[in-house]
Amino acid sequence: MTSGDVKQLVWGAILLALAACVPLVANGYWMSIALTIAMFTVLSTSWALFSGPTHYISLATAAFFGVGGFLVGTGMSDYNTDYWTMVVIASLAGTVLAFLVGLATLRLSGVYFVIFTLGLAEMIRTLVSWIQNNFTGSRGLYVLTDLGEADIYIHLVLVAALVYLAGWWIARSRLGFAMRIIGNDEMVARHVGINTAFSKVILFTFSGFVASLVGALIAPRYTYIEPNGVFSPELSFIVVIMALLGGTGRLWGPIVGVIPFALLQEYINANYSNYSTLVLGIAFLVIVYFLPHGVLGRLEETWAKRRRSTW
Amino acid sequence: MDIIITGLLLGGTYALIAFGLNLQYGVARIMNLANGEMIVLGALAAFWIFVADAISPILTMLIVAPLSFFGNWLIYRFLLRPLVRRAKNQGQLEVDSILATFGMAFALVGIMVSIHGEYYTYSYLAEPFEILGETFALNRIVAFCFAVLIGAALWLWLYFTRTGMAVRAVSVSTEASGLVGINVPQLSAIAFGLGGAVTTMGGTLISTFITLDASVGVVFTMKALIIIIMGGVGDIRGAIVAALILGLVETAVARLIDPGLTLAAAYAIFVLILLFRPQGLFGRKPS
Amino acid sequence: MKLTKLFKSAAIGLSASMLAVSVQAADVIKIGAVAPKTGALGGGAVVTQWPNVELWSKQVNAAGGLDVGGKKMMVEIIEYDDKTNPGEHIKAAQRLAEVDKVDFIVAPYGTGFNLAAAPIYAKYNYPHIAVSAISDKMPELTARYSNLFFTLGNTTSFSESVVDILKDMRAAGTIGNRVAMVNVADAFGIELAEAARPRLKEAGFDIVYDKSYPLGTPDLSPIIKGAKESNPDAFVAWSYPPDTFALTEQAIIQDLDVKMYYTAVATCFPAFVGKFGSKINGVFGAGGVNQDSPDIQAYFKAHKDITGKDADGWASANTYVSLQILGQAIEGAGTLDRQAVIDYIKASSFDTIMGPISFEDQISNRFWTVGQWQDGKFRGVKSSQMAGAAPIVAKDGWN
Repeated sequence: MTSGDVKQLVWGAILLALAACVPLVANGYWMSIALTIAMFTVLSTSWALFSGPTHYISLATAAFFGVGGFLVGTGMSDYNTDYWTMVVIASLAGTVLAFLVGLATLRLSGVYFVIFTLGLAEMIRTLVSWIQNNFTGSRGLYVLTDLGEADIYIHLVLVAALVYLAGWWIARSRLGFAMRIIGNDEMVARHVGINTAFSKVILFTFSGFVASLVGALIAPRYTYIEPNGVFSPELSFIVVIMALLGGTGRLWGPIVGVIPFALLQEYINANYSNYSTLVLGIAFLVIVYFLPHGVLGRLEETWAKRRRSTW
Repeated sequence: MDIIITGLLLGGTYALIAFGLNLQYGVARIMNLANGEMIVLGALAAFWIFVADAISPILTMLIVAPLSFFGNWLIYRFLLRPLVRRAKNQGQLEVDSILATFGMAFALVGIMVSIHGEYYTYSYLAEPFEILGETFALNRIVAFCFAVLIGAALWLWLYFTRTGMAVRAVSVSTEASGLVGINVPQLSAIAFGLGGAVTTMGGTLISTFITLDASVGVVFTMKALIIIIMGGVGDIRGAIVAALILGLVETAVARLIDPGLTLAAAYAIFVLILLFRPQGLFGRKPS
Repeated sequence: MKLTKLFKSAAIGLSASMLAVSVQAADVIKIGAVAPKTGALGGGAVVTQWPNVELWSKQVNAAGGLDVGGKKMMVEIIEYDDKTNPGEHIKAAQRLAEVDKVDFIVAPYGTGFNLAAAPIYAKYNYPHIAVSAISDKMPELTARYSNLFFTLGNTTSFSESVVDILKDMRAAGTIGNRVAMVNVADAFGIELAEAARPRLKEAGFDIVYDKSYPLGTPDLSPIIKGAKESNPDAFVAWSYPPDTFALTEQAIIQDLDVKMYYTAVATCFPAFVGKFGSKINGVFGAGGVNQDSPDIQAYFKAHKDITGKDADGWASANTYVSLQILGQAIEGAGTLDRQAVIDYIKASSFDTIMGPISFEDQISNRFWTVGQWQDGKFRGVKSSQMAGAAPIVAKDGWN
């Protein structure tokens, strides 16, 4: 490890420690917002671990997230298993599913990949609904725990630490190197001897694992789990959009998109509630036109300009 | 037999919603996530005009088509052209168009909700019609007939007119078309406008037999995306075949296996086709 | 001089009115309301919930406000659209509590949302009078949240009432034993079908067709055709608004000849009779209302006059009742202290448009379960302890 690496690790640790202190100062309202930000940060960053370097936009996040939440709900409601056991089972299930999906998508590229992941997520949603109807037939999935928003937030911060550490390590490893080449030109990568299939599947699986873990951890927040709620495709889109807004070029890109967007969304919902959808759409359009490479892109351009101007 | 006809009727509906997106994505290269909202706009127009003046949705469709063409053309010219110009490659354009049309979709939903927040319920031609001894809904049959008409008109235009040929050329390769003197920006705008018009007409027709409301657009967008990818991007035959397959599979599963699995089966077919033919049914293999 | 006098009196008048305004501004009861205006449940909430919030608050303020311990206070509604998104709803609920610092809240729309928000409202001890929340876990939930009240009934009663109607009609010789049952594959539909199945079997009915369909299925004609083929005497669908409309349209087209036809949610909507007219005479639906009660008639008229919309035949009245209860509890307790209001609700009986309502262990046992369209009006026919049930009529064709 170089001194640069050590500096990055230290910075990361400090920021995470600060994040963990939020519950000490935030009231219920800001805690809610912080929780939402934490959730989307973890989801977007882990999404970007795969989709960032490879440029394969995956819309399958909702499938893994839903599996996490749904299994926790079913396990606790129908089989009286305790929460933490279900969290482990749910994330394992999500990982296996992500592995299979990763394998399935190996031959796809471009927009075919994107829509394939979308269709797959939808298929899982309706399948789970059907299974719930015909086999578990439960009377609504109740997740009744004593976990408050602050507790869930801390869990998510821990997962965030895991994701950032993984991302940091990957970037420095052969895997990260391989992903960058794949992203630039997959044909070249294969010719140079990189096992593109292995790399893609590993990262996709990790991404899915994190998503299902988050789904499981956040289930207590909603108390009542419905397949049509936790498998909502809207979630996949929002995760992608936040990551793209922030910029996927760097590990800390997505969070730079998540925080302003979440705050903007909150501001609009609070002040223009009756027109929130419309205003949000317009805000979106403004962002797309003035931040073509995401917030990160804009920041980097500004820094580059400043550096140039000092010469 | 009954299953086949019902399946075809449903497939015709699906084809309607896919035509427009096929033009917009295949030619103008815009992944229009606001496609579903165009459908709902058509439905809203039909509902409004029918409830206020008892004018048939078929007539509304004819009024709505040129309006939608013009509106979509404007959207392409002023909102989407700048993105096309600044995109350095197709991937970048896709990302940008996804984000921009997503914003448009939100904005449109917001507008429609303030116009009419409840379900668009009205009854048009909800009568039985017999084919070969089986009863079907007249409104569905009418919608199917119009879908066929629109599809045929589109096909004729694409394959038998100069502009149509130019549009097909652009869908094969933007650069090559430019090289042979085709005005790509102008044609893309026309294709986008035409795609929007067809989509809105589809929405008007669909609203005669499905109850829609302002927020349901996203469901249709997803269906349309799945159909054009399954059929292979850029080829209108692919979209039609994929739509019909989907309609037939959904109906067959609903009657023969379990209605609870209709959507799961539809997506399963989609997934299977892509696993064995990653470029869709009629798509071109990526070079 | 005259001009100076004019200025002086104007100045005094202005400052007096400003003083009055500033005093008045403090005499406002802030009530928060979060429910969908867009999203999957938006269409339903816009019919059932929002108009009643508007109606009640306008009526209260027109009468000078609520009497809180001798002081008249006007009511101010702070509303947010949760876009049918539970995460959004939770944030909005927190916003109401911490930022807007509302005194009271209107319960959310939909079982899932009432449950998601319950812990938050419990934390701030808001009286949470739930309407559109149907659950069989009510005892467990009320034990957990001592501020939570249920008013619409539970899954068991809704399914039992339908089975009771089937039994009555069979006893009268109108129908036989064959029942076709379908449900939407969503928690609501699944729970009700689950509750109905054993009861139907126990009562000796033959479930000849038993299927579910995913939420958002565009073509429900296979379901109706399948049901028709099984030759049923009765058709029961545990359905949501879009499918309620779609199934009924198909039933009309296919001429599903049953003497008993039931669809669940939205059957009682004005848009239902608006779309189908006289064809749906005799159709049963979830909910019900006593059309002959003068209180209800006055309520319907006021609803139409003030909001411009027609009330539905089920949860509209219940939503209004929940607000009446809140208002009367505030006046009865004579204070804005939330615990005092909660205690008052637990202990008292309320005079509402649905008659007297009181709570046993935070649950109200007076509610309509099934209604039927009779000559253009949706009448309650089965209930738990409600008065004024209309007699049942058999369905006679679809014209």
